[in-house]
Amino acid sequence: MADTRTMAFNLLPLLCGLILAPFMIGVVNRTKAFFAGRNGQPLFQLYFDIFKLLRKGAVISRSTTWVFRGAPAVSLASIVFALAIFSFSQEGAALSFPGDIILAVYMLALARFATVLSALDTGSSFEGMGASREVMLAPFAEAAFLILILAAAAASGSISAATMFSAAVPLPVRILMFVSLFIVLLVENCRVPADDPNTHLELTMIHEVMVLDNSGPDLGMIFYAASLKLWLFASLTVCCIMPAGLTGSVAGDIAMRVAGVFCVSVLVGVVESVMARFRFDKVRRMLLFASALSSLALLIALGATA
Amino acid sequence: MSDFNSVFIPLRNCQQYRLSEVPVTSSEALLEAMAEQCGNGGHRISAFFALEEPGVGHRLIAILADDRNGQLACGSCLLRKPSMKSISKICPQAQLFEREIAEQFGITVEGHPRLNPVRFHKAFSGTGVWASPDGKGMLPSVIPFKRVEGQDVHEVAVGPVHAGIIEPGHFRFQCHGERVFNLEISLGYQHRGIEKSLVGAPDWRSIHLVETAAGDSTVAHTTAYCQILEALAPARDVPGSGLAVRAVLLELERMANHAGDIGALANDVAFLPTSSYCGRIRGDFLNMTAMFCGNRFGRGAVVPGGASRSLDGKGIKKLEKYFTDSFNDLADAAGLLFASPSVTERFENCGVLPKDLAKAIGVVGPAARASGISRDIRKDFPTAEYIKSCIPIAQCDSGDVHARALVRWIEAENSADFILGHLGDLVDHVAAANVAEPKLQPDSLVISLVEGWRGEVCHVAVTGKDGRFRRYKIVDPSFHNWTALELVLKDELIYNFPLCNKSFNLSYCGFDL
Repeated sequence: MADTRTMAFNLLPLLCGLILAPFMIGVVNRTKAFFAGRNGQPLFQLYFDIFKLLRKGAVISRSTTWVFRGAPAVSLASIVFALAIFSFSQEGAALSFPGDIILAVYMLALARFATVLSALDTGSSFEGMGASREVMLAPFAEAAFLILILAAAAASGSISAATMFSAAVPLPVRILMFVSLFIVLLVENCRVPADDPNTHLELTMIHEVMVLDNSGPDLGMIFYAASLKLWLFASLTVCCIMPAGLTGSVAGDIAMRVAGVFCVSVLVGVVESVMARFRFDKVRRMLLFASALSSLALLIALGATA
Repeated sequence: MSDFNSVFIPLRNCQQYRLSEVPVTSSEALLEAMAEQCGNGGHRISAFFALEEPGVGHRLIAILADDRNGQLACGSCLLRKPSMKSISKICPQAQLFEREIAEQFGITVEGHPRLNPVRFHKAFSGTGVWASPDGKGMLPSVIPFKRVEGQDVHEVAVGPVHAGIIEPGHFRFQCHGERVFNLEISLGYQHRGIEKSLVGAPDWRSIHLVETAAGDSTVAHTTAYCQILEALAPARDVPGSGLAVRAVLLELERMANHAGDIGALANDVAFLPTSSYCGRIRGDFLNMTAMFCGNRFGRGAVVPGGASRSLDGKGIKKLEKYFTDSFNDLADAAGLLFASPSVTERFENCGVLPKDLAKAIGVVGPAARASGISRDIRKDFPTAEYIKSCIPIAQCDSGDVHARALVRWIEAENSADFILGHLGDLVDHVAAANVAEPKLQPDSLVISLVEGWRGEVCHVAVTGKDGRFRRYKIVDPSFHNWTALELVLKDELIYNFPLCNKSFNLSYCGFDL
């Protein structure tokens, strides 16, 4: 009985993510609409869009190969994989083993790799530009993220995602991690000020331009994967300031973190509403700043454990 | 050194001259004098075009403007053979005019650095310079684009079908990574043959052709056309209230478009609040235009002899309230934009057009004023209402996107004061009588300049013996300014192209005619 209960609680965060992630995009859009003085699109719009796209046929350019057709599925699968590792409760995660965090980071990288390859496969000059921009930013974002994970590992003495973001990590480290992770979230999920998810200008896009040629179910998968990725980063951000055991009950913890994720979406919406997009070269500097914060967190964590 | 006064006669804006008063010189003398005056004489080319002289060949007519002294000059020459020398290498602002002359009349331009078609249409008469042996016309944008070759160099082709709902045009970038080496713009997709259709005019269709020369500058183009008809049929008096309605409509057009541009610039840097509010505010100003004539772009409002309608006392009260509210909203939205450091960071040093370059290529309108050139028809060559009450001119020095945005906002402020100050003049309006085919002075030439929201709108009419147009030349401000967009992109990041493009916001159909 206890085993079933534990398993249920281990799966629950993952299920929350898989079901609620598109809703999160709805919250971001509603927040932006509020600042723009509009009513905004329905909160469930992304669900409608994904279902609509899944029912449609896909148009596939003759100049593409199997890489282009396979990429959306590969990237969705990798992100679900990473999410399974990163969605944890107090008792464990859907998928958990020592060192799982490294696999999760690689899964995120694999998703990016697949998207970039598929963009290059189309041969379009726009998509090539997007791919080049994506891989130009990736090393900086990954560095910030990896140093942050090192800090969490050093402070908690664990190398598994489920136990890494725990109350054992000192508060200053967690606050630094929160800020750094939020910056990485903005860049990784093509939000303002790093990218503009609403622009129609193919010359300025980063992430959107790489999927210009995708349509139908492929595009639906890409949208869904993007929302899962946002959920993943938002829930990690929340975990930095809401470590396990804060409410005392496992269910309470999960509920609070889900609420926290929606608070992060509102925060993303507010950031998008009050500032303009950065110059491209400044996005890298912003990521270097995040890396610096992560390094500082690592230093403090090492000092605290020494 | 050629003698300026023997080649050119001084002209005034919107005044009728006998064509025989315009001196006819040799083409060498005219071209040399043009290059000299545009180089260091303080002049720029307002219009440069050809017309057919039956039995002789072609006549070239050049109209130069000296903004500082408020002086226009007109010179001409006869071409017995369809060939002329290019002055583009020493006078860059002539390059597009020369290409246009070559395209319209099949006149070969010797020594032109990049002799490509402008609008890809057949010549008005004869075979034309680019006619293929099979007699078929050219396909748009099929030209030898400048190419950069080598490692890591790539070419980006954008358009003519774009991602947004905008007009068609083709942009060819030669890039090295994110850096643009060269941009070439190829237009002509919307060529409708307006100039050719206006030969033999005026008739009942003419005003509608002019109204649609550039849809967002309807009032400016129609005012320029009406001023020409009024100069050529001087018996007709334009009532003061008619002139006031025209001026108010012209400033409303300016405000609507400047508001829209400020919002669009905010949208291009993803600055949400200003971008969403300005779209609505632009619509408000368009609706105010519709209060006058029932059309949001001012079609049918300006007619020869004045304006078709005005507002009564009650309508003016309503307009004043509506206008004040919308302007206050615009002030809030623009204030937010210019107060945001993240926006300023994107706007400053982006797409810089230095003053020297702007002068050399003859840029007009807000783009010129943002580069520190004091150039505004309302100040330099005022007509009608602008003689009575002068409007302050907005100016900036930096020549970047920020300057162009700021100039637009200051101009909107000045226009607002002008409109509110002139609401009282709109009453007791006498509607202009509708004369579809007025009798015009024969063998005459008139130039009519109007400062539209994009810059100088220039119309030139030449009438024949029968009092009908032998040639009607329209120069939209976009004709001067597209070259500026090509040049500011040199060494700019391709990422910034949409922002630079929007900061000029040029017309495709005004260029294509």
